Amino acid sequence: MNFLVESISRFGRPLTNSLIKLGFACRFLLAILRHSATALLRPHLTLREIWFAGVLSVLIITVSGLFVGMVLALQGYDTLQRFGASSSLGILVALSLVRELGPVVAGLLFASRAGSAITAEIGLMKTTEQLAAMEMMAVNPIARVVAPRFWGGVISMPLLAAIFSAMGILGGYLIGVQLLGLDAGSFWSQMQGAVDFRLDVMNGVIKSVFFGVAVALIAVFEGYDAPPTAEGISSATTRTVVTSALTILALDFILTAFMFRGV
Amino acid sequence: MKRGMIDFWVGLFALAGIAALLFLALKVSSQGSLPAGSSYQLIANFENIGGLKVRAPIKSAGVVVGRVSSITLDPERYVAKVTMDMDSRYHFSRDSSAEILTSGLLGEQYIGITSGADEKVLSAGNTFKITSSAIVLEQLISRFLFSQADQEKEAQ
Repeated sequence: MNFLVESISRFGRPLTNSLIKLGFACRFLLAILRHSATALLRPHLTLREIWFAGVLSVLIITVSGLFVGMVLALQGYDTLQRFGASSSLGILVALSLVRELGPVVAGLLFASRAGSAITAEIGLMKTTEQLAAMEMMAVNPIARVVAPRFWGGVISMPLLAAIFSAMGILGGYLIGVQLLGLDAGSFWSQMQGAVDFRLDVMNGVIKSVFFGVAVALIAVFEGYDAPPTAEGISSATTRTVVTSALTILALDFILTAFMFRGV
Repeated sequence: MKRGMIDFWVGLFALAGIAALLFLALKVSSQGSLPAGSSYQLIANFENIGGLKVRAPIKSAGVVVGRVSSITLDPERYVAKVTMDMDSRYHFSRDSSAEILTSGLLGEQYIGITSGADEKVLSAGNTFKITSSAIVLEQLISRFLFSQADQEKEAQ
């Protein structure tokens, strides 16, 4: 009997633990939102984080966007020309980038480039007791440290996703029109005819806002929650990247199911 | 990093993001659905709509004049009831006909409108009197095969 209870509770413990963590994260989000006014009233704090999370990610986002677009164009052309539909290449590249790849890949890159850095920074601040020192000086660390980083991530993410999509489409244009010799006019006009601003572009932007909130929250939460040891910071950084990636993919599925289920 | 430089780079970043969005809005996409207020609805009943989809274009003389807004089955007469959002700049006479056409052999299907001669025009909520259904390739092929078989029988 005792053994049975023991084994069932061993099964239940991870569940309750993750529920507790989820609840903690939700209350953490509420605390961030409550202290956002202070963070946003001193915009240079948030601007510094946008510089750190957004501006420094532009290079990797631009280069990856360009290459993803170029690869899409090469692969898409290979398949489309079998059906004599190579002039639809623009549609293929634009729709897949704007709807899916732009927000998702930009989100994954953002999580590994900026999210991990935010976690490590906050975790180290906690380990070296800088956060505790702030509390001693009656400075709320959530308002001073966490909220600006959160908003920096939330603001940067949609801009990065838009840059990614735009660069990807330019990459597709370079390969499709300049290299493979498709007609530039039909490339752009077919794309324009098939991509709807509200249905495709705006839904992509909405997705990237969701991903921005998710990645930024996971990053600051894991940093704040990290055990104050060297090992704790390293595992928190890993957890940020893994959890962000899984969350982005799961959120993407849910949002896609709501936005694009068979019109 | 000096504060002024941070401001500069963040500003540049925001401008780049907005420029990318503008590029997506102006060069890549188009406003597919007509803005509310500048469109009116017309209805057409078809025996068979084939592969017609919601948001398919409605063309007259090849010019896009509207989009299909909904497709339902009329439960009494068992015909497909297609509602279309028409651009309010264009009006069609009451004896216009609507037919389902295909762009190219395997392309998307759209509704083509051929205007009639009546001076009165269709207004919001009116129904097309003359319609012709989509051509279903399988039916065409089977009709052709059966007629071939009949001819052979007669020859014998």
